[in-house]
Amino acid sequence: MSLTRQEVDHIADLARLELTEEEKALFREQLSAILDYAASLQSVDTSHISPTSTVLATRSRLRADVPVDGLSIEEALQNAPRAELRQFRVPPVQE
Amino acid sequence: MGALEEFTVTALMAALRSGEISSRELTQDVLARIDRLEPRLHTFITLMPEQALAAADAADRRWKAWRAEPIGEPPALLGLPLAVKDVLSLAGVRCTCGSKILENFVPPYTATAVQRLLDAGVVVVGKTNTDEFAMGSSTENSAYGPSANPWNPQRVPGGSSGGSAAAVAARMTPAALGSDTGGSVRQPAAYCGVTGIKPTYGRVSRYGLVAYGSSLDSVGVLGTTAEDVALLFSQMAGFDPRDATSMQVPVAPIALEHGADLRGLRIGVPDEYFIAGINPEVELAVKTAIGLLEALGASVQPVSLPHTAYAVPVYYLIAPAEASANLARYDGVRFGLSEPADALADLFRRSRGSGFGPEVKRRIMLGTYALSAGYYDAYYGQAQKVRTLIKQDFERAFEAVDAIAAPVAPSTAFRLGEHSDDPLAMYLEDVFTLPANLAGVPGLAFPCGFDAQGMPVGMQLMGPHFGEAQLFRMAHAYQQATDWHLRRPALAETGTAGVGAER
Repeated sequence: MSLTRQEVDHIADLARLELTEEEKALFREQLSAILDYAASLQSVDTSHISPTSTVLATRSRLRADVPVDGLSIEEALQNAPRAELRQFRVPPVQE
Repeated sequence: MGALEEFTVTALMAALRSGEISSRELTQDVLARIDRLEPRLHTFITLMPEQALAAADAADRRWKAWRAEPIGEPPALLGLPLAVKDVLSLAGVRCTCGSKILENFVPPYTATAVQRLLDAGVVVVGKTNTDEFAMGSSTENSAYGPSANPWNPQRVPGGSSGGSAAAVAARMTPAALGSDTGGSVRQPAAYCGVTGIKPTYGRVSRYGLVAYGSSLDSVGVLGTTAEDVALLFSQMAGFDPRDATSMQVPVAPIALEHGADLRGLRIGVPDEYFIAGINPEVELAVKTAIGLLEALGASVQPVSLPHTAYAVPVYYLIAPAEASANLARYDGVRFGLSEPADALADLFRRSRGSGFGPEVKRRIMLGTYALSAGYYDAYYGQAQKVRTLIKQDFERAFEAVDAIAAPVAPSTAFRLGEHSDDPLAMYLEDVFTLPANLAGVPGLAFPCGFDAQGMPVGMQLMGPHFGEAQLFRMAHAYQQATDWHLRRPALAETGTAGVGAER
C-alpha cells in the first residue's frame, strides 16, 4: 500500500509533529514500505484469538488510601521551559 | 591474576571485601580506563567523576567500619562502579535518553532499579549512550553520535544499550544497566561479546525507566559473566508498588555452583531461529554451543515456535503505537526542549519537530497511523492478536522444555552506516530478540564464539516467565566450560592506567 501525501499530513497533525517537506516525502516512502511488510499479518487467521495488551495476568492493585508526598512544586517546575507564579506558562490556547 | 586485571564483579567484590583494593582506587581505575578509551568508543553521554569518587569514599568508610567490627553483612555491591544507560533516571543527573529534546532534563527522582543498586552500594560513574529513546539497533540514532564496537571501531556495538555493552566489553566498567524493549540488551551484548539479561516482564520495576513501549519495556544488566549479571539482577528484581505492572513474585537468591551439571534440564531448539539468511558462522557457533550444553548433561530436542516470522511486523506496529502515546508527553510545556510559539498547538508541533530525531519521528508517525481511526483494527488490533499467538507458541514450548536456545541476531555486528538509510533492513536485524519481549519471557544472551572477522557471536537462552535462575545456571555451566566470555578486544588489553594497576 502507498500512503498519500494527505495521509502523511493528517498523521503528522494527529501526532502534533512539525515535519519538513523532505521528511514528509521520506516518511511517505518509508512508512509505505513498512506497512507493505506488515501486510503479512492480514493473512493470519485470528478470528478466534483475543488480543494481548499485557503479557502477565495482572489485576489492578489498590494502595491504602493514605496521602503521600509527591514532588514539591519547586521540583515539578525545575525543568519547566517557562514558569511564572509557581505555574507552567504556555502561549494562548485559543487565539 | 589480581581483581583489577580479572575485572569481574565477583572478583572485585572479593577484593573490596578483603581490603585488597579500596572503592576509591577501583573507581579511579575505572575513570582512567574511561578516559583512555572514551575518545575511540564514545560509550558515555554523561560522566560524573566527582560524584563517583565521593560515593566511593563513602563506600570505603562503610567497608572500614565493617572490617573494624564485622557485624552483619555489608551491602552486596558496596563500592562497585556501575554505568547506567541514559534512559534510567538518577535524581540530579541529566537524563537525555539519547535525545536532543531532553538535552537539559534533570530528573527529580531515581528509578527503582537504580535505587535498589544504590542501596546495594554501587558507585554510578556515568550514563551510557543509547539510540534515541531506545529506538534502534546500533546507537546510530543517538543525538550525541554513535558508540563504536570495541572489537572493531568501524562496526556498531548494537543497540539500543550499545554504550553499556561497549563499555563492559572494553572493560571500562565491570557492569552496566541497559533496557530491553525488543532486544536492546541482548543484541548489543551479542555484538560486543558480553553477557546480558532481559528479565521477565514485570520482574524489575519500570518506575523511572523513561517509557518507550510500556507493554514490552524491561530493565536489564550487562556484565562479563553470567554470575556477575545474576548478582546485579537479583539485587534489582522484585515487586515495586510504583510500577502497576510489577509482579508480586519472590526473588530467590541465585545459587551458581562450580562444576554444575545440567542433567535433567531440557533445552529446546526452534527451527524457526535457524532460517535461510542467517550467517552460517553464527549458526555453527550457536549449534556448537548447544552441543556443549548437551555434553554438560542437558537433553536437547526440537521445539516449534511457528509464529516467529510475524514477530517483526507485530513488534513494529505495537511498539511504535505505544511509543506514539508515551512520547506525547514531550510537548515543550513541563520539561524538555521548547520552541518559541504564539499558540499552544504551534508550541507542541515545533518543539517536537525540532527535538526528536528521524527514527523517533518515524516511529511516532507509524504508531499514530496504526492507532488512527479506520486503521486501528487492521494494524494495531491485528498485531495484538498475532501477539497472542506468539505468546502461545512459547507457552506450548515450555510445556516440553525448560529453556529455548537460539542465536541472538542473524549476523554479527554490522558496519557503521550499513543500514542507516533503510529502516526496514534495520528492523529485520531484531527478528530473534523481539519474540521474547512480545511474550514477556526472560532471555539471557552470552558469547559463544567469533566469526572469521573476529567479531563476537552471541546466543540466547529464553525461559518461562520468572525462570531467570535456570537460565543463569545454564549459562554459568557453559561459561565454566568455555572462555569466550573472558576474551577481550585488543584495545582493552593494554593495561590499566589507574592507581590500583601498579599492584
